Amino acid sequence: MVITNLIKDIGSYFIMLKRVFSGFTKGSVLKELIFKEIDDLIIGSLGIVAFISFFVGGVIAIQTALNLENPLIPKSLIGFATRQSMILEFAPTFISIIMAGKMGSFITSSIGSMRVTEQIDALDVMGINSLNYLVFPKIVALMLFPLLIALSMFLGITGGYLAGVYGGFTSTGEFVAGLQDSFEPFHLTYAFIKTFVFAFILATVPSWQGYFMKGGALEVGKASTNSFVWTSVLIILSNYIITQLLLS
Amino acid sequence: MIRVENIHKSFEENQVLKGISTVFEKGKTSLIIGASGSGKTVLLKCLLGLFQPDEGTIYYEDKAIGIMDDEEHRELREEIGMLFQGGALFDSMTIEENVMFPLRMFTRQKKSEMLDRVNEVLARVKLENVNKRFPAEISGGMQKRVSIARAIVNKPKYLFCDEPNSGLDPRTATIIDNLIQEITHEYNMTTVVVSHDMNSVMEIGESIVLLKDGVLVWEGTNQDIFSTDNKDVTEFVYSSELFKKIREVQQKEG
Repeated sequence: MVITNLIKDIGSYFIMLKRVFSGFTKGSVLKELIFKEIDDLIIGSLGIVAFISFFVGGVIAIQTALNLENPLIPKSLIGFATRQSMILEFAPTFISIIMAGKMGSFITSSIGSMRVTEQIDALDVMGINSLNYLVFPKIVALMLFPLLIALSMFLGITGGYLAGVYGGFTSTGEFVAGLQDSFEPFHLTYAFIKTFVFAFILATVPSWQGYFMKGGALEVGKASTNSFVWTSVLIILSNYIITQLLLS
Repeated sequence: MIRVENIHKSFEENQVLKGISTVFEKGKTSLIIGASGSGKTVLLKCLLGLFQPDEGTIYYEDKAIGIMDDEEHRELREEIGMLFQGGALFDSMTIEENVMFPLRMFTRQKKSEMLDRVNEVLARVKLENVNKRFPAEISGGMQKRVSIARAIVNKPKYLFCDEPNSGLDPRTATIIDNLIQEITHEYNMTTVVVSHDMNSVMEIGESIVLLKDGVLVWEGTNQDIFSTDNKDVTEFVYSSELFKKIREVQQKEG
């Protein structure tokens, strides 16, 4: 029964994707919707992403410094560890999971509320492809998600630098040397490739949860919770697969 | 004119519509009435194309919706206005934006032309100075009027209303009922109203079909409803204490 339901859900998700990319909404309306989604999803997340990244970068630097007991290990490791942690995992993966909570819940609850109050039926009756109208602008807006992740990387490293240097754990020279040590440009490519995949998951899985929900206000809340769980699970799984494919 | 021929619809084992055939005429307000679970809303959704009937055909004028291609479906939908039970106004848009929405989606009018039309229909439903307010900021009755304005802004040929006066006080409900009827005559539309409200039946029931357990058991007008001997009609109508009393008075008066 569980497997049958899972197969049905996967099927309905892919059918939804097919409908999202067909029956396009009028261009001028779509353009406005995309700008609105960029404002809601990307601009609206700048503050929280900046805040979390800056302080987590600082904490990574401090914890690395506090664990450097062996005098043979250079202090430049603080900069190196901060860079690697931020670029490889924290910014792309963990910011995406945090965004699954923030953006994902917002997307599910807004589409779910429209379902409950018959607003989606109203679009369908008017002959508008409600999936294209509601989901496509979110996918386009979230193609700017890598900009948020780039900001997160930059602020995380900045936070690490300030905490490391002004906390007295390392010097500017050592931190910068660590940042430059064994730098692999492909790591950035890897981070941004997975960021695009996570952005697509972030736009579509919560939309699917909201669009196909049944019931009332209570179910909107449940759908938002499910949305967070499933988006996080898919981000973690795809992170593993992409890492295996690109880095191993 | 909408013609329904032998519509059947089931959900898994549950047969909801069992061979419904009727005609909804142009320029008239037709009511689909019946108790909860009788199949009214399913019939409405079949008419709207939201559900595909398992058997039978629905004709808009002389064209069966089952054989329409995507373009014809899209054109038909542009000719349909719908008033939902809860209004279904887009809560992130102002009243003006809500009413303008079908014009923006389906016409190439200039903004000033669209605004003129929006103001015209809002005035028609007797709403003024609400353009910049949001749906949550106006009363339920006003939301229904905005919903009517949105439904008619594109001058549709067909208007569907799903329990248009549910949740409204009797006076506001009567205003909404009368507005639907006036607009039907004014625009010469085919209007189909799903209701289980006897006041609506008496106010605007120019043509009535009664469903019971998915079967059409009676057709007539609001004038026929008190004179018919049909058992299903009397059971439905006189389940209300008010109408029982009316019947007693009528019987006393002979």
